[in-house]
Amino acid sequence: MLESFVHVCLAGLSKGMFIWLVASGLTLIFGVLGVLNFAHGSFYMLGAYFCFSLLSHLGHNFWLGLILGPLFVCLVGYVVERYFLRYVYHIDLPYQLLLTFAFVLIFDDLVKVVWGAGSIGSPSVAGLSGSVRILGRLFPSYSLFIILVGPLVALGLWGLLEKTWAGRIIRAASSDREMASALGVRVPALFTAVFVFGTWLGAVGGGLAVPYVGLLTPGMGESIIIDAFVVAVIGGLGSLKGAFLGALIIGLLSSFGTRFLPTFDMFLTFILMAIVLLWRPQGFFGEEAAR
Amino acid sequence: MLLELNQVNTFYGTSHVLQDVSLQVEGAEVVALLGRNGVGKTTSLRSIMGLTPPASGSIRFHEEEIAPLPPYAKAKLGLAYMPDDLRIFPDLTCEENLEIAARLARRQGYWNKQRVMELFPVLEERRRQKGLNMSGGEKKMLSLGRALMSNPSLVLLDEPSEGLAPLIVKALVEAINTIREHGVTILLADQNLKFCRRVCDRGYIIEKGRIMHSGNMEEIWADEAVVKKYLAL
Repeated sequence: MLESFVHVCLAGLSKGMFIWLVASGLTLIFGVLGVLNFAHGSFYMLGAYFCFSLLSHLGHNFWLGLILGPLFVCLVGYVVERYFLRYVYHIDLPYQLLLTFAFVLIFDDLVKVVWGAGSIGSPSVAGLSGSVRILGRLFPSYSLFIILVGPLVALGLWGLLEKTWAGRIIRAASSDREMASALGVRVPALFTAVFVFGTWLGAVGGGLAVPYVGLLTPGMGESIIIDAFVVAVIGGLGSLKGAFLGALIIGLLSSFGTRFLPTFDMFLTFILMAIVLLWRPQGFFGEEAAR
Repeated sequence: MLLELNQVNTFYGTSHVLQDVSLQVEGAEVVALLGRNGVGKTTSLRSIMGLTPPASGSIRFHEEEIAPLPPYAKAKLGLAYMPDDLRIFPDLTCEENLEIAARLARRQGYWNKQRVMELFPVLEERRRQKGLNMSGGEKKMLSLGRALMSNPSLVLLDEPSEGLAPLIVKALVEAINTIREHGVTILLADQNLKFCRRVCDRGYIIEKGRIMHSGNMEEIWADEAVVKKYLAL
């Protein structure tokens, strides 16, 4: 009983940490730029596909692919922000969602053109395909690795935002972009940089997913972006702390749901979101007033 | 001439807020922009800073045209701004609010964190407190101190005396005198004629977006007709 409980928890944690990797970039971009980027899931997908391709071309060096792949996606993110999103910041949120949703469709089709419409089996990664014995049962070592990566990314983001001047400038500009510009911040350039960094986080999440998910499909961004949105909403839009906590909860809930109530897996996630929104419309750590 | 506005016109949507505003500020002067609420004082300062760019007219700073420049470029040229709502970054500490201005403008000069804290000792006491938790008076000193941290040659102050207790206004007068002694020029917008008389050399009176009158502070103070027409509440 205990082993089973521990293993369901571990599976939930690794799933939660994947959602967190995607939700962190989404949350950062919303918190600073005020844009709900529906295409963030596409960056995850592109990250996965680029890493996969590099993996087959670079002699199966997963780590090199994980470093280089997301850089290509950052270029895509740069173009999206610099030449498209920048022009919709000042108009209503629905237009931003429409534009970013258009990018979801475009990227899905581009992936189909380049990599084919079917799913691609991802190769196993040397050194990460093993398992470790935990309480007498085998648990994939790669999932354990993901459980470690999640908090490291959280710690890194916290350090960057709280302890560096770049982070303080980002926080200042996100709370008051006009005053920041009057003090000398090139706000448009800062926004581009933050967007590209958020893109990178999503793409790294996708790259890390390559050995984990087993199959790459052109729609793989959509399933994760829905989870990431739920997490961002219950955590409080724009709050990284909230997104981390939300990802843990959704990961565990989904893992326990799959184990004990398999037919209600998705249902549980959304019922939790509904309860949180009724009890605290701004999410765990959201601001009282809407932005 | 340090700052020269010539025929500046600024709009908010379709409303014509500044109409052919012209004014000059010389180096080392303290100049007041006087007028009632809603006559265009804030818009004048915002137009100079580039936050509400003018539709036409020229703004020259250090003999160079700056009207089309974005605010961040003006900050680097030596313009600083204290808005009427102070705009302290709530999430940064008092100290970080000061330092961020120095880091962004990258200008050398007399002012640094230590000297600003000597000017306003309360900022030293509150140095680790978040902007969010500071009182209105403290925020005003922090916002003024933050403007100085970029070592500007011209500071724009919007409503510096508004909402301050008489004792604090007295301290503010002394602070402004100290600031000018160190070579910083000041253009301030205020409604408080008594306060302006104590700190300013000259004044412009603005009414419905137009400059109606200008002169020495003492002359304006003594001109009952002008005071009654444009400034009396």
